[in-house]
Amino acid sequence: MAKSKKSPSRPAKRASIHDERWLHFYRQMLKIRLFEEEVNQLYLSAKMPGLAHLYIGEEAVAVGVCEALRRDDYITSTHRGHGHCLAKGAVVDKMFAELLGKAAGYCRGKGGSMHIADQDTGNLGANAIVGGSAGMATGAAMSAKMRGTDQVAVCFFGDGALGQGVLYEAMNMASLWKLPVVYVCENNQYNEYTDFRETTAGEVTARAQAFGIHSESIDGQDVRIVHATALKLVERARRGDGPSFLQCNTYRFHGHHVGDVDRSYYRSKKEEEEWKKQRDPVKLLAEWLQKNKLADGKLFAQIENEIATEIKTAVQFALEAPYPEADEVKLHVYA
Amino acid sequence: MDEIEAVSSSTQKTPAPEARTREITFGQAINEALAEEMRRDPRVFIIGEDVAEAGTPFKVLSGLVKEFGTERVIDSPISEAGIAGIGVGAAMTGMRPVVDIMFGDFITLTMDQLVNQAAKIHYMSGGKLKVPMVLRTTLGATRRSAAQHSQSLQAWVSHIPGLKVVLPSTPYDAKGLLKSAIRDDNPVVFFEDKMMYQLKGPVPPEEYTIPLGVADVKRVGSDITLVATSSMVHVALAAVESLQSSGISAEVIDVRTTAPLDKRTIIESVKKTSRALVIDEGYESYGVTAEIASVIADGAFYYLDAPVKRMGAMDVPVPFSPVLEDQTVPTPESVAEMAKQLCNKQ
Repeated sequence: MAKSKKSPSRPAKRASIHDERWLHFYRQMLKIRLFEEEVNQLYLSAKMPGLAHLYIGEEAVAVGVCEALRRDDYITSTHRGHGHCLAKGAVVDKMFAELLGKAAGYCRGKGGSMHIADQDTGNLGANAIVGGSAGMATGAAMSAKMRGTDQVAVCFFGDGALGQGVLYEAMNMASLWKLPVVYVCENNQYNEYTDFRETTAGEVTARAQAFGIHSESIDGQDVRIVHATALKLVERARRGDGPSFLQCNTYRFHGHHVGDVDRSYYRSKKEEEEWKKQRDPVKLLAEWLQKNKLADGKLFAQIENEIATEIKTAVQFALEAPYPEADEVKLHVYA
Repeated sequence: MDEIEAVSSSTQKTPAPEARTREITFGQAINEALAEEMRRDPRVFIIGEDVAEAGTPFKVLSGLVKEFGTERVIDSPISEAGIAGIGVGAAMTGMRPVVDIMFGDFITLTMDQLVNQAAKIHYMSGGKLKVPMVLRTTLGATRRSAAQHSQSLQAWVSHIPGLKVVLPSTPYDAKGLLKSAIRDDNPVVFFEDKMMYQLKGPVPPEEYTIPLGVADVKRVGSDITLVATSSMVHVALAAVESLQSSGISAEVIDVRTTAPLDKRTIIESVKKTSRALVIDEGYESYGVTAEIASVIADGAFYYLDAPVKRMGAMDVPVPFSPVLEDQTVPTPESVAEMAKQLCNKQ
């Protein structure tokens, strides 16, 4: 685990995509970053009902993995799911509308931050039960295989889900039946307010290996490493070689949720500052782009400006959008 | 649209078992329903423990693997939560899984998948995703199987909006209801009484289905309504015989599905008879009987000549010793006695 704290970024293996594509990655990661910063503002200004779990600091995982997927591939997400949804293709206005409980939201305001689902982009839904989607993602992979498609399912979960038995039940079956599923463990070092080392015995990757599942542990802050590895694992699943397990070592820059402001009792300010300074995935990619002359300050400013405008327009749309009609409360209990 | 209200107010009639040319067991009826639906729809598959070659410990699925192969009749590890979860994911993505949970007691292990996932996905997604999954399981005591293999936990799932719950009492109903459950776009929990698998009854050879949400009058009577589910329908029917000799004419309503619940048929019957006794094999406290008694109190209060009574399993873990176990579930005798009390005929 200490590996992820090493700094700074090592050069990634040469990936088999054109360099320009990294600019698209940068845009996607920055979009998540700015989206989440706006979510925090909505919370602080009391415009958003409830809470949200910010993905800031982990952007390289969602983008690196989802960019290795097709639109018709499946993902299942977590309570910290905004990044996955956006990386899989969700649009910001419907996302904000959902977070504000508006009828224009992805789930007509019925799901909120922790339950955004979008079948058009293969997003089977964020899930507020830790480890709750392990079976679902595995079932989606099984369904793909039974229907004779070559779709792949990615199951995102955090280090907290390593404590849930259903994950191991699902991995056992995925391995037995060679299902096209990639289990992506976003290890952000903390099960809510507890260091994952206090809750997790043995080696994380050894758990998957025990089921005969190909397993890797990588630096989750370097999107190029994440992407290269995800591409390999997704293609592996697609050609019928079965499931794999990918631990991405990462860090959430904010608290467990937006209200978790005083964090000194479970992690130090110094540790947070180190990650933000040395291991910020957006910054790391920007540096690499600059070093390789794929972008300069002017382009970065332009990109940021474009995304900020998109976010601003979307928030405005969501704030002004109507709430669902009161009688929708009884709608959609049954299909 | 409120599904439950809509169904309960429907006037849909159940097709009657016309062709009495053959009798099959309850277990065969389940087997036939599955086979027919698997032939009709390639999306239907079965997953569970010992479902393939073993055909389950109750032998209900015998022969299915021969016809449909191990790709569609899938032996799973002993992982109830995992297979329920796989069922949910497969259902969300275009398949129609039938998940086999051997004993009803084991649905406790599937609760997150059923309650937090399957039941809520359609609603949480604003109607975009659906979970057309059937979870077949069992209920019922008196098999000398003790506390962890004898419970009737239908109240647990009937409590959850988004789930449908089916409790058939005859081979005819079992077949027609299971076919409807498989075709339903919602997660359906289907309870089979373990003691009933050998029960024989008329089942027409022709194709038929029975809609979910329509109760069945199993016996017409005028003095008291016995509202019963699954195993208790037979207990009620047996009680009818002894009540008759005491000059009491009892009507037996088989609710067939607790969700949706056909409130109208129940209320109409009680309005006619003015007395009601509700019987279900789940624990009595906070049970299915309590809900139905409340429906009757709400809908037929001014027609009642006696308080609504209910009988469920005794509120104790089901004991092993036959002498103890037999006291825990309603019997034709105890039901008849209670009915006589209600009719002031001791």
